[in-house]
Amino acid sequence: MIAVKNARDFYAGLLFTLVGSAFGWGALDYQVGSSARMGPGYFPLLLGVLLALLGAVLMLRAALAQAGAAQAIGPWAWKPLVAIIAANLLFGVALGGLPGLKLPALGLMAGIYGLTLVACLAGERFRFKEALLLATALAALSYLAFVLLLKLQFPVWPVFLVAH
Amino acid sequence: MELINHLALGFGVAFTPVNLLYAFVGCLLGTLIGVLPGIGPLATIAMLLPATYALPPTSALIMLAGIYYGAQYGGSTTAILVNLPGEASSVVTVIDGYQMARRGRAGPALAAAGIGSFFAGCVGTLVLAAFAVPLTEVAFLFGPAEYCALMLLGLVGAVVLASGDLLKAFGMILLGLLLGLVGTDVNSGVARYSFDVAELTDGIGFIVIAMGLFGYGEIISNLSHPTSSRQVFTANVHGLLPSRQDFRRMWPAIVRGTGLGSVLGILPGGGAVMSAFAAYTIEKKTRLQTGEVHFGEGNIRGVAAPEAANNAASQTSFIPLLTLGIPPNAVMALMVGAMTIHNIQPGPQVMTSNPELFWGLVVSMWIGNAMLVVLNLPLIGIWIKLLSVPYRWLYPAIVLFCAIGVYSTNNNTWDIWMVGLFGVIGYVFIKLGMEPAPLLLGFILGPMMEENLRRALLLSRGDWSVFVTRPLSLGLLLAALALLALVLLPAIRRTRDVAFVED
Repeated sequence: MIAVKNARDFYAGLLFTLVGSAFGWGALDYQVGSSARMGPGYFPLLLGVLLALLGAVLMLRAALAQAGAAQAIGPWAWKPLVAIIAANLLFGVALGGLPGLKLPALGLMAGIYGLTLVACLAGERFRFKEALLLATALAALSYLAFVLLLKLQFPVWPVFLVAH
Repeated sequence: MELINHLALGFGVAFTPVNLLYAFVGCLLGTLIGVLPGIGPLATIAMLLPATYALPPTSALIMLAGIYYGAQYGGSTTAILVNLPGEASSVVTVIDGYQMARRGRAGPALAAAGIGSFFAGCVGTLVLAAFAVPLTEVAFLFGPAEYCALMLLGLVGAVVLASGDLLKAFGMILLGLLLGLVGTDVNSGVARYSFDVAELTDGIGFIVIAMGLFGYGEIISNLSHPTSSRQVFTANVHGLLPSRQDFRRMWPAIVRGTGLGSVLGILPGGGAVMSAFAAYTIEKKTRLQTGEVHFGEGNIRGVAAPEAANNAASQTSFIPLLTLGIPPNAVMALMVGAMTIHNIQPGPQVMTSNPELFWGLVVSMWIGNAMLVVLNLPLIGIWIKLLSVPYRWLYPAIVLFCAIGVYSTNNNTWDIWMVGLFGVIGYVFIKLGMEPAPLLLGFILGPMMEENLRRALLLSRGDWSVFVTRPLSLGLLLAALALLALVLLPAIRRTRDVAFVED
C-alpha cells in the first residue's frame, strides 16, 4: 500500500489506468486500420489510451493532493457484500443447477427461499423466523405475479419432482 | 392546427382501457419506488423491462415513462415526512419540506409538492408536444458528423451539469463507452472482448449493468450504514389544503420552477436532480416577502419550486430521446434499451413511422400526471403506511426482483452471474466515489458513437477536420466546449459539488 492523501481518487485512477490499458492492449489483437477505414480495434484503442491517461492524471492529482483533501476509502462492508452476492448466486444455482457438479435445478421456489434467507444475513441482526416468513410471502407474491400473471418462463419446482 | 390533430391521435391511443391501465400501473409503481428510499427509477425500470416484453411497445413505453415521472411525485412525500429523499431529485425538498412537517404543516407541504408537480407536468408535456415536430426537422439535417458531435455534447453535458468529480465522471463515461463495445462488431463481425464466451458475443446486457450498479451496489452500500432512527410525521397530516396566503406565495415559485425545469430537462446531462437544485437556488436568491419564513425553516416556496422543476425536467428530457434518438441522461438511456427491445429505433423517424406511439406516449404523460395527483394527495395515507415498512424487509425483496428480472431477460443463468459481478463492481465504485450514472449513458452511446464516427470519417476520407468544417457539427462542439468552460466558473462549481445524481 502506498500512503497517499486521497486514497479514493488514487485507486479510482489506478482502476481506470488498468482497465484502459487492458482494453487498449486487447484492441491491438483486432485490426486497427486508419481513420478513413476504421477497423474493429480503432475505437477501443482510442478510448483505452484516453482512459489510461485520464487514470494517470487522477492518480497524480491524488498523490499531490493537500492533506485537507484527504478522502479515505473507509472500511469495506464485507458482510452485506458477501451475503447479497451469495444470495444472488444461490438463486442462479437454484434456477440453472450446476451441471458440472450434477446438481439438478431446484426451481424458482427453492431459489426464493435460498435468496431471501441468505440476503437476510446481510442485516444487522438475523431473525430466522422473520426471514422465513418474508421468504414465504415473497414466494407467494412471485408465483402470483411472475408465473400466473406475467407467465414468465421459469422452472418453478425442482426438476426431479416434475413429471416429464 | 397540426398540433391539435397530433394530440387528438394521441388521445385516441392513450384513452384505450389497456393503455390507461398501464399508465396507471406505471404511475403507481413510480410513486411506490419514489416513496421508498433506497430504490430509484433506474433500477425499477431495469427490473421491469423484462415484464414488458409481452406488451405492445406503446403500452410498454407508457408504463416505463410513468415510473420515471411518478417517482418524482413519490420522492417528495418521503422528503417531507421522513427527512430522507425518497428520490435523488427530492434532496432539496427535504430542507424546507421536513421543517414544514415539524411545524405541523405537512399537509400544505405535500399539497404544494403535488400541485407544483402537476402544473409542471402539464406544461412539460405541452413543451414536449410543441417542440417535437420542429426538432425532428432539425434532426433530418444531421449527418454522422453532427450525430457524433451531438453525442459528445451529451456526454460532456452529463459530466458537467450533473455529477461529482469531473475527471472521475469522464473516466466513467470512457469506461461505459468501452464496455458498450464488448460483443460482435457490426461492421467487421469480429467478436470483441468476448473471450470465446458465447454469451459475451451479444455484448453485456444493459439490464445487467444497471441492476448490478444501481440495485446491488446501492443495497450493499445502504446496509453498511447503521440504521438511523427515522422520525415519521404520520400523525400530523391533516388538512391538506394550503391557505390562501400559501397559494399566493407558491404560484410564482411553481411557475419559475417549471420554466427552469423545462429548459434544463432538454439539455444533455440535465435532468430532474439538477433542475431541483437550480430551482431551489433561484428561490433562495429572491427577496422574502414580509412575514414569510426564511428558507431552511419551512418556506413553502422551497418545496413548490424544486418539485415543479424536477417534474417538468422529467417530461422534457424525453425530447432529445424522441426527436434525436440521443438519451440525455441514464434513465433515458434505459428507455433507448426499452425501445430497441421492441424493435423501435429511437430517433426522428419515430414520429413518422410510429406516430401513434409518439403521440400516445405524450398524451399518456398528461393523463399520468392527473392520476398522480389523485394517487398522491387524497391517497396519501397509504403511502405513509408504506413508509413504516423497515428496510430489512425491503432489501431482500429488491434483491429477489432484480434476480428474477435479470434471469427472465434471456432465461439464462449467465446474466445472474454477470449481475453478481457488476454488483461487486458497483460497490467498489461507491467506495471509490465513482458515480455510475455516466457509465450507463456511455454504455448505451458507445456503439452508436463508434458507428457515427466511423461513417463520418469514411465520408471525409479520414479527415478529422470534418467535425469543425460542417457548421452544425462545429456549433455542437463549441457548445460542448462552452459547457466545459462554464463548469470551471466558481459559482457553478459549488452547485455541482452538492448536486450528486441518480438520473
